[in-house]
Amino acid sequence: MYWITVLVVAIMILSALAVLLLPNLLAAVAASSVVSLALSVVFVIIRAPDVAMTEAAVGAGLSGVILVLALRRLGLWGLGDDNHPRPGDSLQGSGDDA
Amino acid sequence: MTLPPLEIVLYTGAVSLLIIGLAGLVMGDNLVRLVLALAVAEAGVNLLLVLSGFRQGAFAPILLEGRVPGPMVDPIPQALVLTAIVIGVGVQALALALVLRVRRAYGTVEMRTLRARLHEDLDAAAGLPPETSRNAPAVERPA
Repeated sequence: MYWITVLVVAIMILSALAVLLLPNLLAAVAASSVVSLALSVVFVIIRAPDVAMTEAAVGAGLSGVILVLALRRLGLWGLGDDNHPRPGDSLQGSGDDA
Repeated sequence: MTLPPLEIVLYTGAVSLLIIGLAGLVMGDNLVRLVLALAVAEAGVNLLLVLSGFRQGAFAPILLEGRVPGPMVDPIPQALVLTAIVIGVGVQALALALVLRVRRAYGTVEMRTLRARLHEDLDAAAGLPPETSRNAPAVERPA
């Protein structure tokens, strides 16, 4: 149990650092969802299963969906590969990536 | 008072999340990343609150067939954190709505560009000429 806790806390801290350090915002949102999932595992370990359920559903699921939808409306949606035009990015797209 | 090693690891994780989130709030330049850092700090605070009711070798606060199976962890911080998680998502949605409005008004979500454009707008509203810097001397230096 001790080493499982150490592993999960290490995953949590590393992905929290990744939230701040990743240059791509979509990857940062994914890392924040990983933080919430690892945190829900920690809540199970410290015997708070109701909080763990809520954290996994709301913190990882709903908040990730809200953040990604906001990124799409902000126009920051992308995987950082700007050499290829994205669909809907420009009007003269080649249309072969549908 | 010496903590058991499991609780040392858990407290380290909670405080680390809080510190990482606060560092992101202070040093971040992108408004979306500020919202993400706020979520990380909030996760650390939630873990710290639930940890305050934790005790080693206790059961989850659930009645089994109407009887208490043994010593339980404190359920009151868990109920509070349950509310705080949902409120946190509400705060996050409100912050993202504000970021969308900022983007619509100023065309950027980067703090530096935003601050420069905000100062331009303030100068224009105050009737100042736009090219004056706030740090520039008002008159020429005497020879």
